[in-house]
Parts: sequence; structure tokens; C-alpha cells
Amino acid sequence: MGFLKSIGRWLKSHFVVIAGLITLGYLLLPNVVVTVFSFNKPKGRFNYEWQQFSTDAWRDPCGVADMCGSLSLSLRIAFWATIGATVLGTMIAFALVRYRFRARGAVNSLIFLPMAMPEVVMAASLLTLFLNLGAQLGFWTILIAHIMFCLSFVVVAVKARVMSMDPRLEEAARDLYAGPVQTFVRVTLPIAAPGIAAGALLAFALSFDDFIITNFNAGSTVTFPMFVWGSAQRGTPVQINVIGTAMFLVAVLLVLSGMVIGNRRNRQKA
Amino acid sequence: MATATPDAPPLAPAPAKKPPRRRGRWTPYWLLLPGLLWLFVFFALPMVYQASTSVQTGSLEEGYKVTWHFATYWDALSEYWPQFLRSVLYAGAATILCLVLGYPLAYLIAFRAGRWRNLIMILVIAPFFTSFLIRTLAWKTILADGGPVVGALNSLHVLDVTSWLGITAGDRVLATPLAVVCGLTYNFLPFMILPLYTSLERIDGRLHEAAGDLYARPFTTFRKVTFPLSMPGVVSGTLLTFIPASGDYVNADLLGSTDTRMIGNVIQTQFLRILDYPTAAALSFILMAAILIMVTLYIRKSGTEDLV
Amino acid sequence: MTSTDTDHGGDVRLSGISKAYGTFTAVHPLDLTIPQGSFFALLGASGCGKTTTLRMIAGLEEPSAGTVYLGEQEVTHLAPYKRPVNTVFQSYALFPHLDIFENVAFGLRRRGIKSVKKQVDDMLDLVQLGEQARKKPHQLSGGQQQRVAVARALINTPKVLLLDEPLGALDLKLRRQMQLELKRIQTEVGITFVHVTHDQEEAMTMADTVAVMNAGRVEQLGSPADLYENPQTTFVANFLGTSNLIEAEVDAKSGDEIVLKAGGGKLLLPEARCSAPTRTGGKVLVGVRPEKISLTHAADAGDIPAGRNRITGKIADTSFIGVSTQYVIDSPVCPEFEVYVQNIDRDARLTPGAEVVLHWNPAHTFGLDADQDIDAGVGSVDEEAAA
Repeated sequence: MGFLKSIGRWLKSHFVVIAGLITLGYLLLPNVVVTVFSFNKPKGRFNYEWQQFSTDAWRDPCGVADMCGSLSLSLRIAFWATIGATVLGTMIAFALVRYRFRARGAVNSLIFLPMAMPEVVMAASLLTLFLNLGAQLGFWTILIAHIMFCLSFVVVAVKARVMSMDPRLEEAARDLYAGPVQTFVRVTLPIAAPGIAAGALLAFALSFDDFIITNFNAGSTVTFPMFVWGSAQRGTPVQINVIGTAMFLVAVLLVLSGMVIGNRRNRQKA
Repeated sequence: MATATPDAPPLAPAPAKKPPRRRGRWTPYWLLLPGLLWLFVFFALPMVYQASTSVQTGSLEEGYKVTWHFATYWDALSEYWPQFLRSVLYAGAATILCLVLGYPLAYLIAFRAGRWRNLIMILVIAPFFTSFLIRTLAWKTILADGGPVVGALNSLHVLDVTSWLGITAGDRVLATPLAVVCGLTYNFLPFMILPLYTSLERIDGRLHEAAGDLYARPFTTFRKVTFPLSMPGVVSGTLLTFIPASGDYVNADLLGSTDTRMIGNVIQTQFLRILDYPTAAALSFILMAAILIMVTLYIRKSGTEDLV
Repeated sequence: MTSTDTDHGGDVRLSGISKAYGTFTAVHPLDLTIPQGSFFALLGASGCGKTTTLRMIAGLEEPSAGTVYLGEQEVTHLAPYKRPVNTVFQSYALFPHLDIFENVAFGLRRRGIKSVKKQVDDMLDLVQLGEQARKKPHQLSGGQQQRVAVARALINTPKVLLLDEPLGALDLKLRRQMQLELKRIQTEVGITFVHVTHDQEEAMTMADTVAVMNAGRVEQLGSPADLYENPQTTFVANFLGTSNLIEAEVDAKSGDEIVLKAGGGKLLLPEARCSAPTRTGGKVLVGVRPEKISLTHAADAGDIPAGRNRITGKIADTSFIGVSTQYVIDSPVCPEFEVYVQNIDRDARLTPGAEVVLHWNPAHTFGLDADQDIDAGVGSVDEEAAA
């Protein structure tokens, strides 16, 4: 009895940990499957059932027609969308935090609404605009759409950082003979940088991974998510899993090495 | 500004400005202009175009004209109300599941993870970097007929219960409502965890000790102190989950069947395959209006206005 | 008022400057001259306009009216980075992304000076932080950060160094230490220091001249001793230390002393120490500092020498604080009369309830205009004690 009781007590005090780890498992399970199945050698066109171990796909990741083309297109769009959204969003964030102006409420809702709108609504309405204007759907319409929906997220990320910034730091810079431009370049920008970087990273991830809005506004252009979508209908090549696994690993490694370098730097200085 | 001589004490009327101000009055407008213009032209204006399209009649060949044909709304609603209802139900179920699953993990990261905190945080965010379509397709493997998950559920007779409830069919999970909700929950879980974590992390750990000191059991502490203080996270988490889930069509398409079609699927098909623009625009407009009304009511009720 | 020198070479002169935010006036038109090389304190409770005044000198705030001169140069509308003035900010505002060396070198680099190494090293030695040059600000203690902030400003050899509550974030012991340290540095470099603080003790310890500010105006200006001994307003009397204020009526004048009636007794007040108009029959507030008063048990009243001001009362409360004992006396002329008695020979009869006679040398009495709030500045003193 005592044994059962102590097990019960242990479960009770570790309930949150156990439940949390189960959720974490739920979150990571698909990534495990994606990784395992990148070594599969499927029969037929679909890669849903385990057959046998093979590294074929890893040795020839671009062996599927059009896949790597769509991947490079997605990266290009994400790159430009990140730059566009980060520049525009950072400007808005600074204006919101640092200045008083009229129609603040209207500005805030115009920034909030795109985040509170189902993607399919934005996608459909943007398409009606492009159809009405007779715009050629393709790279440019995708880029326009991506900058539009990434913008608000950048604003939120940068705003949080700029708000927590002590305004006295800029006053100190001005007091120490830095003109407006110098103050911005030497003090404001470096201190706001983590927020801007977070916003940019978020924009990149959102743009690279976007499917719904892209699907509506791409015309016949095929981005990587659209390629995956199409392959779900036609047949899923193993290379998709290779790309998915590689992206996951690169992301984790980048973040981990960043952390290690940061830690070491702090320790050296301490 | 007036420069008074030393013996001219009367105050020059000062411009009404609050402390955070700058010399350039137009600077904020120049900073706002490009971004807001972008949002206006490519977000707000399309809404107007969409509203106009929804009351047009005509055909693809002859072109459309605004004829204030509001009947489109009525037709769309009477034909597609099951999909609307389904969207709300699926998204609602996924939101609740996300809250139930996400809260312990957010709590774990905020209070119990110690030096593992950063690593767990990375593991929560990292899946974002693999295309969500690839990860959603993985659920096809996980929930495959005759696979280990379905086998286990079957032998525990869980599937008997769920199929009696009508959320699975026979000994299949794939192509049923359960699979769709499972996919939605999975896809939007991080959007629940991150805001929850943000608001939990702000809670001073000493509050737990104080509550314990004042005779609250751990569960009472949670109910009376932790949970109320994490309300801003709960509100923004549920919104960030519910809104995209209700408009999603990817999960219903990849993991569901024709019986699990959500409103997103209908809008997508109408727009991109059937090319019935007025109906699609009307459906999209209804979805938008419904979401806005729900969000406004919800925010007002939960009293958290500063979400941005 | 402060300086009668004819040489205004490096003085800071504020002439009629004021600052209003909308309908709220933070600083009322103000004339002030801060002599070159002095250690000048602006003292007041929070919200009294002292920081706004400082920021107008720094150029971080533009005056609504008036002129600011540095020496002979008018700088009223000059941008802060063009002024030969530097500031030590409240909570320091050290740049978190730069190390200590780069923080200190910041001003020099912005002025296009290429070889800064020697100067920065010397300055870090002056504030005893040579070892910490490559650390980031958050790795230093509060006291060290404070010294970096001073070094960062001083290295530019400004005409004036402005200090905005520089010691506010430090604990009591460190604050005492830094007060002496700052005073040492000021003497060493000879630059004008303008120091904003809410701590009257800090202002009196460090400054040559103190301006007491209240509600956007300067209440009184003078040396610390002058302010303490001869307060001109009830605010100054209560804000700087503690004062016992008694409402009294002018009875007669005899020579250079005024005879006053208060609660049946008579009090003497030197006319020179009264800042209020004295008509016979008019009201005056009589003040005396608690440490100037002697306490005698009523039974020994006969031993008190003649010619001293006397008041009778009953001890309400005593608190022993080591160097002295503080008594609160309930007297007909003043409900809470405070008396500090040095612990030399303690009279065991002086316990709560005892009848006593308070007496002091009339020369220590000061007179104030009765037309003001008798309790002005009292709350601010309480705030002080808590800080």
C-alpha cells in the first residue's frame, strides 16, 4: 500500500511535467515520422507506409522534377518578403511607440485585423482585387501578399522590444554628442536589433511556409508548399521528407549554436 | 517659440504635447505611410472589392456587374450552412484541445523546466521550420488504417466509443472528423502555447509561495492565482487558435473526406475551381463578419483589450 | 542672489525659463545663476520641476519661454549634442550593447576623436574601474555602474555636469560613500556640477548652494547652513530637517527683538530672523529646530536661566535612537512639539506623561509669514525617512 501511495504522490507532484511532456511528444511526433520516412523506399507513388531502409532520397534530394525549383522560388520570395515586411513593420513600430499622432486607434486596428482574419478571407479578397485590376498572377502577386500578412507580425515583435527600451538611452546618446542619425545607428538600432531580428525571422518562417494565401494568388507559379500540396494529390516523393528533415535540423542547429556561442561569450566576460 | 526677456515672466502658451515627443511633427506620418498604405491597398481595399463582388451577377464570359443581388448571401447560407457549422465545431473543439494540451506544457516551461527551459522552447518552435504541409501529411502515416495508433485505439475499444459518438467511422480514424480535429489541434498548438507561456512567465513565482503560505492547496493556488493571472494568455491563445482553425481547409482536405468539408474548402473550391466569384465572395464575407463579431464579443467579455 | 561676481565666464544663467505641458505648468518662470565651478543642488520632492529644469539645461527639453545661457553663449534652442554639457542620468542609461570602455569612449568618438585609449583608461582609473573596461554594464554592481555613468559624462570635460538623482538607486551605505566620492571628483576636476535630488541630506552634504524647489518654483536659495538656520517659508522649514512651528501674535518690539504672544506666554524673536511683516497684532509663525531646545522637568523650572524662550507641555512619546533621544511634547501652543536631546546626562524622570518646560535661546528662533500652510513640505519629509 505504501508503495502505491508513494507512486500516487509522485504522479501528483509531477502531473504537470508528465502532461507537458506528452504534449511535447504530440508536437514532435510528426517530425519524427517525417525524418524516419525520409529513409523509406516506398512502393508506388505515395510515401505513407514503411517499406525498407534506403538513403536514395538523401543522395539525390533534387531528383524530383520541379521540386528544387519551387524550393528556391519559396526561398527567394521569403527573402524579399522578409526584407519588405521588416522595413515597413519596423517603421510602423517606431512610429507607434515613439510618437503621438492622430487616428492612433484606426492605425492599431489596421495592424491588428490582418492577424485576426482567417487566411482564406484575406486570400480570397486579395484575389478579387487582383482579378479586378487584371493583374498577372505570379511572383509579384505572391510577394505583395506575403509582405501584407507578415507586416503585422513584424510590428508586434519590434513594438514589444522598442517599448521596453529606456528612452533615456537615446537621450544619453544625444547628450554625448551623437546627432539624430548617429543616435539611431549607434544606439537605437543595436538595442532594437533583437526585436527586429525576431520579427524578421517570424516573417521568413511565415512567408516560406504559407500555403493558403499563396495558393489563391500564385496563378500557375508553384512555391514549395504548393508543390507539397500538389504531390499529396499526385504522389509524395521521399525527397519532400528529406527537405523537411533538413530544414528542421538546420533550424535546431542554428538556434543551438547561437545559444552555445551566447553562453560562452557571457561566461568569458563574467 | 517665443524667447522671453529675463523680466517678462508671463507664460507663452506652450503647444500641447506630451513628454515623448520630437521636434519633427510629420515624422510619425512619414514612418507610418508606406506600411499603412500597403495594408490599405492590399488588405482593406480588397475587402471592399470582395464586398462588391458578392453582390454582383453575371458570368465569367460576359463579365460581372454590381446588381445589389443580396440573394447570393441567402443562397450561399442555405446551401453551405452545414460547412459553416462544422467549421465552428471543429475549430472550437481544436481550440479546447489546444488549451487543455498546451497549458501544462506552457506551465512546465514557465515554472518547472529549470535549465531545460530553452531546449523545450526550441523544440516547441522548431517544427515551424518544417513545412506544415509535410508535417500534416505525416499524420496520414500516423493515423493510417491498421497502423499502431489505430490498432491500439481499437484494442482499447476507444474507436467503438468514438464511432458511436459519430466522430470516427468503423475502425478508421483517417478521413473522419477526429482526424481533422487532431490535425487542426496539432497545427495550431504552438499558437496556444506561446501566448500562454508569455503570460505565465510574467507571474512572480513568489505568488505561489504566498498562496501556499495563506493555506491554499496547490490546486487552489492554480485556480485562484495562476489561472486568473494567465487570462491574457488564454484569451490571445484561444483567438490565435480559433481564428485560423475556422478558416483552414488544409487539414480537412488532407486528413478528412467529403463529409468533413469545412467552409474554407467551399470558398477555395468556389473561387479556384468552380469560379463562381459572387458566391465565394459572399461566403468569405460571411466568415469574416462572423469571426469579427465573435472576436469582438469574446474580447469584450474577457476584458482584455490590449492584444496588439 | 547667488553670485555677485562680475565675471560670468562659465556661469549657467537661466533667465525667465518656464515649461508647460498643455495646461500643466511644470516650471514657473525662473531666474537662476549657477556660478562656474560650484556644486549646485536642486532639491525638491518628486514632481516639483527640478528634473525638468535640469533637462532644459541639458537641451533634452525645450523651454516654453525664457533663455538659457552657458557663459556668454545662448543655448536655449541648441540641440543637446551641440551643447558643452553632459548628464549623469537617473538609473544611469548605460548603453547595454556596449562594454564599459566603449560606453566611456562614446562621447569622444562621436566628436571624431580617433585615439581615445589613453583618455578612457585615465578616466576609468579616476573612478577606479580600470579592471572592468571590457565588461558589459549589466555585469557591474549598482555603485560601479554609477561611476561608469559619471566617467562617461566627465571624459568630455563639459562646462557643466548635470546629475539627475544619481544616487537614487543605491542603498544607504553606498550612497554615503558615493556622496563623498562625487564631492572628491568635483573638487579634483573643478567642473560645475548641477545635482538634482529629493534627498535633503544628500543636497546638504554635497552642495555649496542649494535651491529648494516646490510646485515649479524656487522656494529659497542659499548655502545649506543658511537654508537650515534661516528658512524663509514653511515648506523649506519642514522639508529640510524638522521644524516646530507655533502660531503667535506680535505684541511689541523692543530694540531689535520682537515680543510675541503665544498661548498666554511670551516669546522673543530677533527681528533680523523674521521674513514676515510684523505689525503689532499681526500673526507670525515662530519656528525653532528640535535640537536647539532644552528639556527640563517641571519640578526644576526654577533653575532655567532668565531670558530664554519657554513653553510648557507634557511628554507624549519618547524614542531612544542612540546619539540622542527624541521627545514628542504635547503643548498648548503646538500639539506635536519635537525635541532632540543629546544623550549626555539622561534625566530618568523624562518619561511619557511627565510635565516639562521647553526652553531655548531666543537667537535660535525664526519667524515666517503666517499666511501659508503650516504643514507644507511635511509629507515629503516622511517620504524621505522611508527611502
